[in-house]
Amino acid sequence: MAMDLSQGKVYGIGWAGRTLREMLEESERLFRETGRYYGLEKLKLKEKDPIRYERIFSRIRGGLVNARETALNISASPIVKELGELCFALYTPEGDAVALSTGIIVHVHTISDAIKYMIRNNYEMNPRIRPGDVFGNNDAMIGDVHNADVHTLIPIFYKGELLGWAGGVTHEIDVGAQYPGSMSYGQANRFPGDGFIVPCEKIGENDELLKSYELRAQMSVRSPMYWLLDEKTRLAGCLMIRDAVIRLVEEEGVDVYKQFIREAIEEGRRSFLNRVKEMLIPGTYEAPSFIEVPFKDEPVNQLMQKDTMNHSPLELTVGADGEYILSFEGANKWGHHSFNCAPSPMQGALWVLLTQTLIPNDKVNDGAYLATKCILPYGSWCNPDYQNVSTTLSWLFLIPGFTGMIRSLSRAFYSRGYVEEVLAGYPVTCNLMQGGGINHFGIESAFTNFEISSQGTGASAVKDGEGFCAAMWNPEGDMGDIEAWEFIEPLLYLGRRVKPDTAGHGKYRGGPGMEALRMVWKTDHQYLYNAGDGYTVNGGGLFGGYPGSSGYRHNMRGTNMQELIKNKLPYPTGDGNPEESEMENLVKAEKVDFDQQALTFMREYGEWDLYLSMQRGGPGLGDPLERAFSAVEEDLNEGLLSPRLAGSVYGAVIVQGEDGKWKVDVKASEERRQEIRRKRKMRGVPVKEWMKKERKRILKQDIIEPVKDMYKSSMELSETWAKKFRTFWDLPEEFQFD
Amino acid sequence: MPKYTRETLKNLLDGKLPFSEVKVMMSSFKDPERFEMMLEIHQSRVPWPEKILLPLGLHLYIVLKENGDRVVKCDCGYEFGDYRKNWKLNALVYVRDTEEKIAEIYPKLMGPDPRWMEIREYYCPGCSTQLEVESVPPGYPVIFDFKPDIDAFYEKWLGKPVPTVE
Ligand SMILES: [Zn+2]
Repeated sequence: MAMDLSQGKVYGIGWAGRTLREMLEESERLFRETGRYYGLEKLKLKEKDPIRYERIFSRIRGGLVNARETALNISASPIVKELGELCFALYTPEGDAVALSTGIIVHVHTISDAIKYMIRNNYEMNPRIRPGDVFGNNDAMIGDVHNADVHTLIPIFYKGELLGWAGGVTHEIDVGAQYPGSMSYGQANRFPGDGFIVPCEKIGENDELLKSYELRAQMSVRSPMYWLLDEKTRLAGCLMIRDAVIRLVEEEGVDVYKQFIREAIEEGRRSFLNRVKEMLIPGTYEAPSFIEVPFKDEPVNQLMQKDTMNHSPLELTVGADGEYILSFEGANKWGHHSFNCAPSPMQGALWVLLTQTLIPNDKVNDGAYLATKCILPYGSWCNPDYQNVSTTLSWLFLIPGFTGMIRSLSRAFYSRGYVEEVLAGYPVTCNLMQGGGINHFGIESAFTNFEISSQGTGASAVKDGEGFCAAMWNPEGDMGDIEAWEFIEPLLYLGRRVKPDTAGHGKYRGGPGMEALRMVWKTDHQYLYNAGDGYTVNGGGLFGGYPGSSGYRHNMRGTNMQELIKNKLPYPTGDGNPEESEMENLVKAEKVDFDQQALTFMREYGEWDLYLSMQRGGPGLGDPLERAFSAVEEDLNEGLLSPRLAGSVYGAVIVQGEDGKWKVDVKASEERRQEIRRKRKMRGVPVKEWMKKERKRILKQDIIEPVKDMYKSSMELSETWAKKFRTFWDLPEEFQFD
Repeated sequence: MPKYTRETLKNLLDGKLPFSEVKVMMSSFKDPERFEMMLEIHQSRVPWPEKILLPLGLHLYIVLKENGDRVVKCDCGYEFGDYRKNWKLNALVYVRDTEEKIAEIYPKLMGPDPRWMEIREYYCPGCSTQLEVESVPPGYPVIFDFKPDIDAFYEKWLGKPVPTVE
């Protein structure tokens, strides 16, 4: 921005001398007034020369994918390099996404929020936005999921005018929080607990990071080498995008480029609405979910030392004109833990799921954002009214919170006849293994293991789910090589294998999860977390299918592993079915944690100690009694299903051959299924009768504290939800939980 | 736009289409006539005469009754009442709210703790099929999974009137 003193006029860096703020305000006004991006009525360029339009799009998209594929080689972190936890996107001057690369596209809109924050806060005047400047951000309250995801943003200038922005994001291994890891928790508040937060600052000039910033980052996190290389990864990618855009502008002309980016977003908005009408059914879909925070006896900050439960009352409304409204009305209050979400991550989660379901193509941009609406109650966990909330592990609530959206979309796909698109949902991406301490090289360090990106998927309506391959937040799941993890983590893998009974049962079962058994190596000072659902199951189940299993904790400290190894005695390579735990059978330990407390604070581990990390299975679809016997047989022989459950869930009567293989006795099994159906009729109660009994229980408040607390909080925050609850159970108007 | 034969769609619905073909289908544009074609397949398979307006799940349909009512109906013939009310309220429910009941479905330590969360199974009173499963904390209202706007769907999206009684 410059001031012409003789005229008293302010010249901005935006188009035609306008300031970015003027441009943003105009864009928002035009959208408000017309309902169309930049008020565009006709897509002139697209209509006049569709091939040129598509060519420009492909070149931008190609530039972004290329930037990602090239830049990730700079990183040293397996999270970025092997698992591809990075993505890049191109934005308009106002911060609207035009196109994006592959990768963790959850961030396309969070970066947009960050750019808008800079514009609204007049960065153009101070600290100024100039060619060669580099901005950094990882503040969830501004635009991000949590501070582990770090943004780099650079302005793209052409002949003195701001053409737009390039942005990139990677997930860090450590964020310098109170406790080690990239998503650690135990602190009650953001300050001082969440660690290194860069709230949209200028961190570089002349295409280079400022030395002062590099030094500050180095002092602020536990794994500075990874942090700095990731900074360079993002910056390199952004610079490649800038070059690609400038080349494009020189060939096509700046006016064509400007016209193109407007049209591309409006096209994104229109095609989203069309896609909704093409694929869904208008109506209302309810799909709430829940996850526990069992911190009453955990050595966390006093403020969070209680048992609570998260309520995510997802309701999707698809309007008659293709409107897509996602409401969380009834969500309970935020808490003094690190699982709160700002609105920006909620948008990110919506986005990453839409790109994997409704709009699974390369032509995705903020047009889709403009076509959707999120209702996030102020004061709740998904829109906290307290600036100092901790959010290092927002995903713990975000992930289960959105699984109902997949089930809801799937109901629509099924009704519409597009059965191949149906998915029963997805599980939480846990166990999240992270921690730190003195590592196997004798250095103070921290790590986050990203095997979490390989969970089982939900069952489809035409086939079983896939095993250990996906995360809701990353469409390109990869568990990473064992050797890469063993290099940065002082824990050896004793084994990594399929975990039986994790897949949700159904006519089509979910994809199975896996487990890794780890042994602490060459250090006596490791602090490790367990994170995931243990007392609850997540991910639903559709049309009569069950949710996948919950997780559990099985860790052993003070073990005799050294002795077992020295004497060449059998040692476990996993845990298997916990009813016949391999760890329990083979290892002795002074301290054993073997329970459903799957979300814990850190514990200290020494060399030879064992830590089990199990990943979840996806939810199932359809009545398990309709599952093909051949499929049950296969699951038994593949070790996905325990013999006991083959009988109680699937009604299979099985015999084991001399070769150890299971066989289903089809005739006996048919009879057993008939028997189970008869039993269902006997034990099933008419819902209205059951409701009368249940109503009395509610009036007596015969429910555990954390659940009552959840209801109370939701009812206090939302009169609408309170009314819904009271009406459903026919409760007195003044009813409230103590 | 791709077109699929009735045979292909039947195989798809029955889970018999090879995944290589399903995958191509998922990656292609959608065939706009799918809704009608699938509806015909469903209609040809149910043992009752009422016209299906919308499939709701593996066994449930919203159908048009002779008197013009739109009700949720199981393929076994059991009727759950008006589609604008939650069909589950007319189903049978079995709640797995003890450790023993949950242990029939999940191994020890791998199912929900019934104090935090119960498993509700909804059965058809006609054929005892398990139609839906809920995993919710005790005291949670029965979930109304899906209330479609049939009129808007037919009139605005398909561009044709909703079938009515002649
Ligand atoms: Zn039935």
